[in-house]
Amino acid sequence: MTRGLRVHASGPLSLVEDLGRPGHAGVGVGRSGAADRCALALANRALANDDGAAAIEVTLGGLEVEVLGDGLWLCVSGAPCPVAVDGREVGSHAVFFAEAGSRVSLGRPASGLRSYLAVRGGLDAAPVLGSRASDVLSGLGPEPLEPGAVLGVGAAGARFPHVDSVPQPDLQGEAVLRVVRGPRDGWVRDADALVRTTWQVSERSNRVGMRLAGEPLRPAREDELPSEGAWRGAVQVPPSGEPVLFLADHPVTGGYPVIAVVVDADVDRAAQLCPGQPVRFRWVDAP
Amino acid sequence: MTTTPELLPYGDRALLVELGSTSEALAYAAALRSGPPAAVGEVVPAARTVLVVAADGIGVAALRQALLEVSPATAGAASDDAALVEVPVTYDGEDLDDVASLTGLTPDEVVAAHTGQTWQVAFGGFAPGFGYLVGEDDRLHVPRRKQSRTAVPPGAVGLAGEYSGLYPRTSPGGWQLIGRTDAVLWDLQRQPAALLSPGVRVRFVRVDP
Repeated sequence: MTRGLRVHASGPLSLVEDLGRPGHAGVGVGRSGAADRCALALANRALANDDGAAAIEVTLGGLEVEVLGDGLWLCVSGAPCPVAVDGREVGSHAVFFAEAGSRVSLGRPASGLRSYLAVRGGLDAAPVLGSRASDVLSGLGPEPLEPGAVLGVGAAGARFPHVDSVPQPDLQGEAVLRVVRGPRDGWVRDADALVRTTWQVSERSNRVGMRLAGEPLRPAREDELPSEGAWRGAVQVPPSGEPVLFLADHPVTGGYPVIAVVVDADVDRAAQLCPGQPVRFRWVDAP
Repeated sequence: MTTTPELLPYGDRALLVELGSTSEALAYAAALRSGPPAAVGEVVPAARTVLVVAADGIGVAALRQALLEVSPATAGAASDDAALVEVPVTYDGEDLDDVASLTGLTPDEVVAAHTGQTWQVAFGGFAPGFGYLVGEDDRLHVPRRKQSRTAVPPGAVGLAGEYSGLYPRTSPGGWQLIGRTDAVLWDLQRQPAALLSPGVRVRFVRVDP
């Protein structure tokens, strides 16, 4: 029997993700990949996988998988959540072994939004344009996981895990994201309002973008901006005046002005913010 | 393009190169594709700009330095030998009459204008395999439809603003539809998957229904 995982419960949203498919923006395909790239890489390193090995991105817990064929080494990173093997708690941010036939379940995280269940050898879904990332905007990559889905696991590499646990991130409290002004800060009357306002993460957020609720930014111009390339971390201001922070599955081009761009390392933190949580921005100079 | 284009800030991984027109943006992106400096990772052309993302491990300061070396001369040369694709179109789109009245042409003249010029893919976006094509003149420049359609069928050929575009799959859309094509615009089993990628030149050929 092949080594793998059978999904028994998939929670609100569980997706296969790696570090995405670079190089296809010209034909309308974004990079996609794990929303919290650091967390994915951390779990993979703990298992001596390549940083970009495919794993399961679990939003708000609720995933239960059965280990098929052979025992597997696993690790959960990202939003710290209860992790159990056949009901026995093993904890997140720790390397653990699960026997064939056992069930691994992830509970709801106490803080943060997205946890990553990585497996030694990496998940072996069919790559699309060189990546196993599931892109909810373009529909490329593996389908969202449903009960009954079976995922293969690749061969383990020559290196062996040499840590038992990895550091847990602190995802509690207000997040302050570093942001570089521009390129289109002149398209709102007062771009500084972005950093003066305490925004609230909207319920209408997903992997494409995080919508921010707060006192709307006022447009400075009546005309329309021609479409421009977009990138992860861009803070776009649509006509409503409430900013959208682009995450992993953002569109490759967009027609609303980008008034600021979040520093790359802080976009992973942004991807762990839950609806209703406060978030602030702080200007930093362009490097 | 005689002066160095302005490089606008775009976070700590990218720069937005501001150019005067779609054709300048196309030429700049072509120059980057034909001989990308090592500092360049991803290139995202658009209507008046090219977003350039630094290669992994390269800082944005080094990227800025590399972009100052990109020369306009390479740009012209690169876009001239771009591939030419012929796309067969049946001109029976629901908005053909509206386009005719918006442009002051007859429906046949709209078709003649669409088939009578060479288009070029300026940039992508919206959906995998969708290309924004620019023509050689402004006869077919029309506004988007006042009411968007919830489902435009795959293969639909449309016009909006200065662009013509072809829908690779069923999607909502507000473009004026003038016809349809059987050409496969996006096929993951094909290499490359997209029939139309930035820089590719396109001639539309009228076929009977």
